[in-house]
Parts: sequence; C-alpha cells; structure tokens
Amino acid sequence: MGYVLSNEGINKAFEALRKEYRIFAPVLKVGEGRFKDTDVIRYDFVDSYDEVEMDKRSDFSYKDIVTPLSESMFFFTEDQIREANFDASPVIVLMRACDINAVERLDQIFLANGEHNDYYYERRREVIKFALIGCGKTCEDGFCVDMGSNKAEDYVFSLDPKDGKVYVNVKEDDLDAAFADNSESSADVVPQFVTENEVHVERPEEVPLTLFKDEMWDEYSKRCINCGRCNFVCPTCSCFTIQDLFFTDNGKVGERRRVNASCMVDGYTDVAGGLVQRRSNGERMRFKVLHKVYDFRKIFGYDMCVGCGRCDTVCPEYISFSNCINKLNARVKELEG
Amino acid sequence: MAGKNEYTPMPSRLQDIIKQAENEWTFRFTYVGPVKPGQFFQVSIPKVGEAPISVSGIGEDFVDLTIRKVGKVTDYLFENFQAGDSLFIRGPYGNGFDVEEYAKGEMIIVAGGTAVSPIRGVVQYLCKTDHPQDTHLIAGFKNPDEIMFKPDFEEWKDLIDLTVTVDGAPEGYEGNVGLVTQYIPDIPIRDIESCKAIVVGPPPMIKFSIIELVKRGFNEEHIWISDSRKMSCGIGKCGHCRVNSKYICIDGPVFKYTEHRALVD
Ligand SMILES: Cc1cc2nc3c(=O)[nH]c(=O)nc-3n(C[C@H](O)[C@H](O)[C@H](O)COP(=O)(O)OP(=O)(O)OC[C@H]3O[C@@H](n4cnc5c(N)ncnc54)[C@H](O)[C@@H]3O)c2cc1C
Ligand code: SF4
Ligand code: SF4
Ligand code: FES
Repeated sequence: MGYVLSNEGINKAFEALRKEYRIFAPVLKVGEGRFKDTDVIRYDFVDSYDEVEMDKRSDFSYKDIVTPLSESMFFFTEDQIREANFDASPVIVLMRACDINAVERLDQIFLANGEHNDYYYERRREVIKFALIGCGKTCEDGFCVDMGSNKAEDYVFSLDPKDGKVYVNVKEDDLDAAFADNSESSADVVPQFVTENEVHVERPEEVPLTLFKDEMWDEYSKRCINCGRCNFVCPTCSCFTIQDLFFTDNGKVGERRRVNASCMVDGYTDVAGGLVQRRSNGERMRFKVLHKVYDFRKIFGYDMCVGCGRCDTVCPEYISFSNCINKLNARVKELEG
Repeated sequence: MAGKNEYTPMPSRLQDIIKQAENEWTFRFTYVGPVKPGQFFQVSIPKVGEAPISVSGIGEDFVDLTIRKVGKVTDYLFENFQAGDSLFIRGPYGNGFDVEEYAKGEMIIVAGGTAVSPIRGVVQYLCKTDHPQDTHLIAGFKNPDEIMFKPDFEEWKDLIDLTVTVDGAPEGYEGNVGLVTQYIPDIPIRDIESCKAIVVGPPPMIKFSIIELVKRGFNEEHIWISDSRKMSCGIGKCGHCRVNSKYICIDGPVFKYTEHRALVD
C-alpha cells in the first residue's frame, strides 16, 4: 500500500516501528570525518525519522550490521568453548537501491559459495529487513545505472521525501499499520530510482589472461598507498580473517574472532615461510578490480560491484575505480586489436 | 534459524604421534566420517589459532595429518600435546583426489617433500586394487634425513613401481640421488595416451615434472596437481585463498593442470 505522510506522521510511524524493531540508518555525524571539522555519514541506530540522512549517500555502508568490523565467534575458558551471542532483536535497515543489491552479493558469498553457510552472517541476516530510500538524483561518483543496480524490488517499505512530505510504499503487511495509522492520505507510490549518473563505465565481457600481468596496473603501484579504505567502505567486500587471542596472563581465557580483511593491505596472502602473492599495489588493484567486474561474474553470472562510488570518494590518492574500469575496457579492446 | 555452525571446532583425541623427520610429525586424530585423500582439515587450537593441514592417511576411526613445525599454531601443537590428549579439528574441506578415476589404468605420481602427505592416501587406495603394479610413484626429498613415510615405502616397494630419491646426500649414501624429474623419462608405461598423473610439490618441481611428462607425449588433460594458499575459513567465505574465479579451499586444493594454469595470482 502507498501512503503520504507529514514529517510528524513519519516520525510517529518510526516510533511505532521502534516498538518491535531497531532501525539502522545513515546518520550525518558532524565533525567526525577523517579530517578536523569535516563530517561523515555512517550507519547508526536511530529512534526517529529526523535523525536519518535522507539526502546524501552514506560514506560507509550498512555492512556493519551483517559483517561487523570485528565479531566474536567463540569464547574459550580452560575447558569450554562457548559460541558468542549476538543481539538477535529484529532490525530494519534503511538503504538505497545499490546497497540492497549489494546484500545480494554478500548473500552469494556467505550463503551460496561452497556447501557450507556462514553461520555468523546467516544468523544476523535472518533478523534483518531492508527498507528502501528512494534516489531522486545521482550521488557523487556513483555509476549504479551502468552496473544495473539502480533499482531494487526486495524491500519491506520505501521512503521518498518530496516537498516536505514522505511518500511510502509498504510491501510487508505486518508493517502497514505503522504507516497507515499516521498517514495523511493513501496514494499510488512508486519509489524513485536514479536513471542517469554523471559517471559511466563500460565493462569488458572477457578479459584475456595477458591482462593480468599488463603494464596498465603499474600506475597503481605508484599511486596507491594500500590503505585499504576502498575495501572497508565497499558494500560488497566480504573478506575477513579469523584471529585467536587470550585475555589473561596465564592464557587460560580467550576468544576467537573474525575481523574484516582487505586485499589491498599487507598480510592478506602471507603464509608461513614468507611466501607472498601480489606484493605490488598494482597487482592488488588488479586483483580487486577484476574480482568486482569480472571474476565474480565468471562464477555467479553477474558483477559484484554495484557502482555505489564510495571507493572513489574515499580514496586519499584520488584513485578512481570507475576510471579504472574504463581503462581496463579500453586496454582489452586495444589488445584484441 | 541459522543452520550448523561450521566454524565450531570438534573435539578429537590424538591416537598417536609418529615422528617422520625432526620437524615433521604425523598426528593421528580420531575421526569417523567421510573423507578423501587430498582433502584437508583445520587443526583448531583455542586461543592459538587454526592451520589447514592435508589428510595424509585415512583409517577406520582416524585421519593422519602430517605437520611441519613452522609457526604459531604448529609450534604449539608440537610443544604441548601427546598421544591420548584431546584437541580440536574441523573439516574435512576441499575437493580431494578422485581415486576411482586413477584406479582405472596406469598412474604416475610425482611428489616432492611434504607433498607426499596428500598423495599417501591415493597410493594406499591404489595398492588395494587388483593392479597395484600400474602405479608409479617417484618421491623426492632434499636429503636422507628428510625422507618421510619410510615404513610406507617399505610396504609399497614390492607392490608398486617405487622410486625414492634425494636431491643431495652425504658420501656413502646408498639410495637414489637426483631430482625427481630425471626419473620421469624411464617410467615404464604401456599406453601413454591413457595414463594419468598427479604432480605435487614445490611449484618449480611441478613445472619441470610436467615438462618431462609432456615430452613423453602425455595428455595434459590427464594431469592433476594440488595447490595451497593462505587460508582462514576453509569454506569459501573469507576470500584469502581466491585466485581469479577459483577458491582453492572449495574448488581445490586439487585441480586439473589445464584448469590450474589459467589462474594468475
Ligand atoms: C590446503 C592446504 C594443505 C596444507 N597441508 C599441509 C600439510 O599437510 N602439512 C603441513 O605441515 N602444512 C600444510 N599446509 C600449510 C600449513 O597450513 C601452514 O604451514 C600452517 O598454517 C602454518 O601455521 P602456523 O600458525 O604454524 O604458522 P604461522 O606462520 O604462525 O601462520 C599463522 C597463520 O597464517 C595462516 N597460514 C600460514 N601459512 C599458511 C599456509 N601455508 N597455508 C595456509 N594458511 C597459512 C594460518 O591461518 C596460520 O594459523 C597446508 C596448507 C594448505 C592451504
Ligand atoms: S583507498 Fe585508494 S590508496 Fe587506499 S588502498 Fe584503495 S585504491 Fe589504494
Ligand atoms: S567497488 Fe567501489 S563502486 Fe563498486 S560497490 Fe564497491 S565501493 Fe561501490
Ligand atoms: S580459505 Fe576462506 S575462502 Fe578459501
């Protein structure tokens, strides 16, 4: 059902939802940016609609709610292994179409790559519902349209602010009352999706093996400082490392946890004896880029990158991912002659 | 409800520890369940960490894991456990070798150093067929002190065509001295077209062994190798082991050579 709500109405609707759900949404954090006096938009739990940043794309994605930066897996005592708990109360996550599409990529890895499910992801995923924030205009650096991830249908309700009102399309019956009870009127609501970005990419269909060692990557060896920020903001990056530690001096109590990992950062491939794959940052860039727009597709039939543009915006060296995709495409064409 | 937690380490009693060489011991872990040679387990030590280790032998109620002492987890294992102790494993993971396929005809196995571990189970299987003499194993080690699985070689030498060699040895050593590659040209094979091969060991050894096989007219489609990479989860989630569109932990560690050579790190 579709509804039109006033600002007061939508805040009341949030209040109603809060009785049963936690709401995880993009929030503008004033003065908490990377540099002094800069702001950042990151996800946090909110009580009201007014706290939500509805206008701009978040700098960091929703990812923390499904794959926290660091998550306890087991606690160990001298003779016991105890599975770590988590907050299993239901959550509604407010996200844009690109991010809803990104969840499909995470599901692919954690729930459908190999014969085993990732238990920690699955148990979090099960308590989450996704709500759509409509996109009336393109964000900075985004190229979701060319990636085909500018639209999403898999949401429980959508929110589109327009002229002081919020237009809501509710898909899940259980949630209908929260909006119906606080609405000004019913309406046919179709959420807005971006149909035009400023940034465009063209992806190669096939990438020849020679391109893996091509000189086009050398540029990135010089420019990239392997800080890993591009991975940490990416809504589709899913890598992690399992680590053990102990708390007490006698080493009897400890923990096993998983921590987000970055393929751009040193140590990602190190094994005992000193063997390292992809020492140069250019090779790491190639590994990342080809995964996002080629290798993943080879396995699952669609590209991993959803074109959210966050990695472009965050890079301290102004390395543009979309630019790199286009360079890759041009180079493949050149090699094909 | 979320399904099984595959990360949960399973308790397993150490039945025995067999010292192969100074820093390479075989740990016999209690395990009952499906498992194939070439698969691996995560040896999981609470508060220390996990290490992926190939299955080097399979028994009715155990698996052998032959481990080299090289770092945090393996050091801890060597220094703190004895037969009878209980510790933890999870697995088996990976695809493993398709032994039934290899049992159909003639088979060459070239293995270097610790890589004899993953093929030990294959040889054990082939020994039980009605034509063990069609199995040709060349096992190479750095020097006589590093020769592992000596009792197995004793047992196999009258059943299969076995060559154990070392890269170098002190004067007076009576066994074979020389790289594994130099024995490949002389392996007696009736039908090179249908013969199959497994090559496992350090990458240069794999490369030059395959060159020798191909020189003999070997069909490249009939060669399998086993690979390894940094691993964390072992079940296709953490990403560390990925090379192009393959996850070594779930699509491997065993690969057809022709498939594997299209992978670039
Ligand atoms: C499929 C597979 C099969 C293997 N089979 C054997 C075997 O049969 N016998 C044997 O001795 N070794 C084997 N290894 C190598 C073995 O896993 C490493 O030597 C071991 O992980 C080192 O752990 P560590 O904590 O002692 O060393 P550290 O250097 O302290 O390593 C710390 C952590 O890094 C990771 N790591 C380090 N080296 C490797 C590596 N080579 N591969 C994967 N992860 C690594 C592990 O998570 C390890 O816990 C195998 C590796 C793989 C991937
Ligand atoms: S954010 Fe930029 S500099 Fe940092 S690792 Fe990514 S590409 Fe390299
Ligand atoms: S690779 Fe960059 S543009 Fe693509 S989904 Fe990740 S952060 Fe967004
Ligand atoms: S070891 Fe984690 S994906 Fe292969």
